[in-house]
Order: sequence, then structure tokens, then C-alpha cells
Amino acid sequence: MSKKILLSGNEAIAQGALDAGCYFYAGYPITPQNELISYMAANMPKAGGVFIQAESELAAINMVFGASATGTRAMTSSSSPGMSLKQEGISYIAGTQLPAVIVNIMRGGPGLGNITPAQSDYFQATRGGGHGDYHCIVLAPSTVQEAHDLMPLSFDLADKYRNPIIVLGDGMLGQMMEPIFVMRHASRVARKRITKKWALTGCKERNPNVIKSLYLKEGALEKLNLLLQKKYKIIKEKEQRYESLHLDTAEVIIVAYGIMARIAKAAVNKLRAKGKKVGLIRPITLWPFPETLITQILSGLHKKKHSPLFLVVEMSYGQMLEDVKLAVNGKAKVEFLGRAGGGIPTEEEIISKIKRIGG
Amino acid sequence: MAKITIDKDKCKGCLLCINFCPKKLILKNSQLNKQGLNYVEFKENGGCIGCSFCAIICPDCCITVYK
Amino acid sequence: MKKVFSHPRSLRNIPTHYCPGCGHGITHRLITEIIDELNIRERVIAIAPVGCAVIAYDYWDFDCSEAAHGRALAVATAIKRVRPENIVFTYQGDGDLAAIGTNETIHAANRGENLTVIFINNAIYGMTGGQMAPTTLLGQRTSTTPNGREAKFQGYPLKISEMLAVLPAVKYVERVSLHNPQEVLKAKKAIKQAFQNQIDNIGFSLVEILSPCPTYWEMNPKQAMDWIRDAMAKEFPLGKIK
Repeated sequence: MSKKILLSGNEAIAQGALDAGCYFYAGYPITPQNELISYMAANMPKAGGVFIQAESELAAINMVFGASATGTRAMTSSSSPGMSLKQEGISYIAGTQLPAVIVNIMRGGPGLGNITPAQSDYFQATRGGGHGDYHCIVLAPSTVQEAHDLMPLSFDLADKYRNPIIVLGDGMLGQMMEPIFVMRHASRVARKRITKKWALTGCKERNPNVIKSLYLKEGALEKLNLLLQKKYKIIKEKEQRYESLHLDTAEVIIVAYGIMARIAKAAVNKLRAKGKKVGLIRPITLWPFPETLITQILSGLHKKKHSPLFLVVEMSYGQMLEDVKLAVNGKAKVEFLGRAGGGIPTEEEIISKIKRIGG
Repeated sequence: MAKITIDKDKCKGCLLCINFCPKKLILKNSQLNKQGLNYVEFKENGGCIGCSFCAIICPDCCITVYK
Repeated sequence: MKKVFSHPRSLRNIPTHYCPGCGHGITHRLITEIIDELNIRERVIAIAPVGCAVIAYDYWDFDCSEAAHGRALAVATAIKRVRPENIVFTYQGDGDLAAIGTNETIHAANRGENLTVIFINNAIYGMTGGQMAPTTLLGQRTSTTPNGREAKFQGYPLKISEMLAVLPAVKYVERVSLHNPQEVLKAKKAIKQAFQNQIDNIGFSLVEILSPCPTYWEMNPKQAMDWIRDAMAKEFPLGKIK
């Protein structure tokens, strides 16, 4: 049964988590994600779960570590400066292979920056962020509805791969309100404790379980790392997600994610109306980056006569640009338009950039 | 009458048991155990009272006490 | 003859990595004896620290988790909240609990989490090679206070147990020592109380244990025990604080 309600992106993420059977939330206030923690404070106890306002981001992520170690679906949320603090815990979660969902509603940086929307934590999210050789799966919603809908997927992927998942939004998506469909009763079904044989539940009728990321014996840590790499390879093969527009005819392909992709989509529609051959790739997974799609485009699988030109548009200064360039691998020209620190590339700026680069 | 047994391969030779035995019935051995450490030995029939002080202070849980 | 003292069921029968005369071994044994006596081995979830006891889970025969340095009480808070039927305890050194994890310690205590905290105070960082701890005594030489701790530069030994005791949600705090068999038995009684409190849903309970580190105190094991009695217990008075 579903119902249409008006929610902000932050609230939709919280509701999506509840619908996914998230049973534990710990967070610390930070703008612009405060609606999320407040929504959880009000609704998690009603759903029978545990809500804790932690004393810090460090405590919050380590509480998620603890809850997840018992097999419980657990999440935390924050915004950029808070995410920096969470990196320690995320590294441990990756090393112990615990499932967890971490939401980052990005704001301007570096440092305290400001509270305006930004996408400048792309590197931090997709490269690992903390110490060690690890990856989080990174999902980037573009609408309030999608912010809600990606939450059940996030928890499923977290459990499937025993890996941390980052849901990467920005201050605009977090604050904007849209009417969305929510699954009203899904949580009651999904919240039943899923049996995870590795979880800490007390060693009744089994050998003790240990959750750890410490491997001191010679070769043991390398073995763990190889295991992680194998897992990441499978994720890269199976979990690349994206939305695309007009790729079969596009001469200029805009690559943009999250809220930026919505603005880019409006520009694409305007240019198309004028007969310009423009298309769009909106990565939904930022890690794994949908590189297979770009490889396919460049090898002619989309029946293109000539190699298209790529235009990367970001609310940061050339972070996703690197992934596009890696995927393109010198086989096409890659242009860039970006602003940061509260600046958001507008529809007009995108259109004029495309005109300048000859689209 | 009481006695103790010592798991010599777990003993690290810290000698705390020797220090706290009221009857001085535990002795240092010059032999090496599996860990390459000097271990301690119990002197049988020396009037052990089974107070368990040795076992209580032993950091390596090497001592079993019988009474 | 009857066995009157033997190896606890919950402690694995393997040699530990601890130095000769180290207090961790005694405390591990006390905890596991109590877990056996209370018959809670199958309910226990332990949180190991970062420090010398980082691989305590290799010795304890029940469910355990690691925690990042200082974060044991955040991890434990969540475990106990989602699984109140389990018995959750943290085992933390002075650096873990009273330096890098002071925030987590104070707030878990202030929330009154129904947890048992075993706090090993040996006035030094052992695992990293004998650096100053928050609990290092004035005048005590360590690798980072080569001329002895000076109040003017390093402040005073931190009495975290007394600090925690003023919090209304903290239900039980006791400081004990391992410096002779009689004191070890008192320590056992206090640890047992801290576990019993959790079973009875009483709330946050902490036992601080003055524990020897002969290696980095540069003493033999007996001298280390005597130093606890003669120096440490003067700075950190033994007994029930709350």
C-alpha cells in the first residue's frame, strides 16, 4: 500500500530508511541535514527502533558500527564537515565488512565552508575517504522521490555485500519539498531481524563470533585486502546504475549527478527543442561509476557516427570529471563546467557552455 | 593437605606466585618452557595449605589448586 | 582431593601475548570467572579496546567486537540498545577510556547506558611503548615525559572515575587494585557487582582497576605490585566511589 505525501529530501531519506526496515539511527545535528535527524527522532521510536542523538559524529558512526555488528539495519547521516569526522568509523566498517548506510547531505567546503548546496565531497565518498584500501558504494539521488526510493536499495546492497553505502545528496535536495509516494507498511515487514550468521547476538548454540579488522599474522591483512578487492570487482561489474537521455543521437553528452543532473536535464530539453543533439548521463552510482556505459558509447554500441563530446557539470571543481576522463580514456574530448562554494551552474550557463564548445 | 599443579608452558616466570606463597613452596626453575621462558615449580609435600594466593595472583592462569 | 581453583570455562586455555607480570591476565581471568559464575557466557558481548588488550577476543570464549581507539562505549551503547537481552561490557585502558575516548565515556555514562565498564589504569601507554597516559603520576618517567610528568606542562593525573561519579545517571563506580591476592579478590567482588548491576537493569557501572605494567614501569613484577600499593593507590584511592 502506498500513499502520496509532501516531504523534504531529508525527511524522504529518513522515511525511506524506515520503509527499508532500518532499526537503528544515530546522528548529530548539522545543517543542512537537520530535518533528517528530527524526522528520525519523531518516527524511529514509533517504528519500534532505536534513535540516539550522539555526542559527536565519531560517536554516531561508531554506534552504527555497534548496531550493525548485531545484525541490525543501521544508519547515520550528516553533512560535509561531519562526514570528515565519520571517516574513521567508515574505514572500520569497511574493514570489518559490516553493512551500514551513511547519508551525506553535502554543503560547501573546505573547512567550515558554508551551508549552501555543494557536491565537493565526491572524492571523499568515491575514493574511500578514510585510511586503507576500500570503497563505499555511493548512490546519488536526484529527486525527493528517488532520495526515498534509494534507501531500501542502499540497505539491500549493504547487506548483500557487507559494505558501507553512502547516499550522497546536497543541501538543495535535502531541503526541497516534493510530493512523493511512500510505502506505509513496508517497514513492519522488513524490520524483522534478519538472521546474519556472523552477527553478535551471544554465542548460544554456536561458536563465538568476533567482529574485527585487525590482522596481525603475516599475510593475513593482505588476504583480507584481496578479499575486499574481489568484492569490489563484483560490485563494479554488477552494480553500475545510471539514467540516460538521447544517447543514440547525442553529439554532446552532459554528465551530471544529483540535483545538478536535474538542472542539466532542463538544459537538455531546451536545447533538444531547438534541434541541438544533446544527451545526458546521470550516474546513480558514483562508485561504481557507470564507466561501462561510456565504454559502450565510445565503441559504437549506441550506433553513433562520430565520437561524442562529453561535458561534465558539477557543483565542485572537477571531481567527477576525473572519473569521466578515466572512462573516456582519451578517446573523446571531455569539457568541464563547475562551480562550488555555494555556486550552482544554471541552465543558461550550461546552454552557453554547450554553444561555446560547439554543440 | 593441599597441592597445586602448574601449566609450565603457559608460565612466563613473573614469579609473583613465589612472592605471595605464604609457605614458600614455589621455586624458580632454570629450565626453559615452550615459550622460551623460565617457569616455576611446586615443591610437593611441603605443607601446602591450599590458600590459592598463587593462583589468584597468577597473570597467566597456570595454576590449579587441589584441597 | 577436590579442585578448588582452576581455569575458567570462558577463558581460552592458550598463552597470552602479555608481558610477564602484566595485570591484563589477572583481569581477564577475573572477568571470565565471573561470567562463568553468573552463567552468562552465551549472553555476553564484549568490546575490546585499542591498546595492549586489543586482541582480548583471542582469549575470551564469547562474542566480541573490536572498537576504534576510544570508541568502545559508543559501540557498546548501540549493541545494548538494540539487544537489551545481552550482557554488554567494554574493557578499556586509560588512554582508550580517559584520553582519546573521554567524550564517548562521559556521554555513555551521562546517558546512563546499562553497561559494565572495566577500566584498566596502569598509568602508561603499553602497546605503543610506554608513553604518558592521562593517569601517569606526577614525576613518573615515560618515553614522552623523560624527566617525569610535570603539572606545569602535562597537568595532573586524570581522576576520571571521580569525574564520572558526579553524574546522576552513573550508578556504581569502584576503584580496586591487583597488588596482592587480597586486593585481587576485592577486585573480583567489584567486577561481579558491575555485571550484576547490568543483569538487574540498574545502569552504568564502572570498575577502575589499578594494574601493573612492569615492562614500561621498568620494574620487576613484584616491584610493580608494590609501586601500585605505595604510589598509585596514594594518587588513586581505593574503594567505592559511588
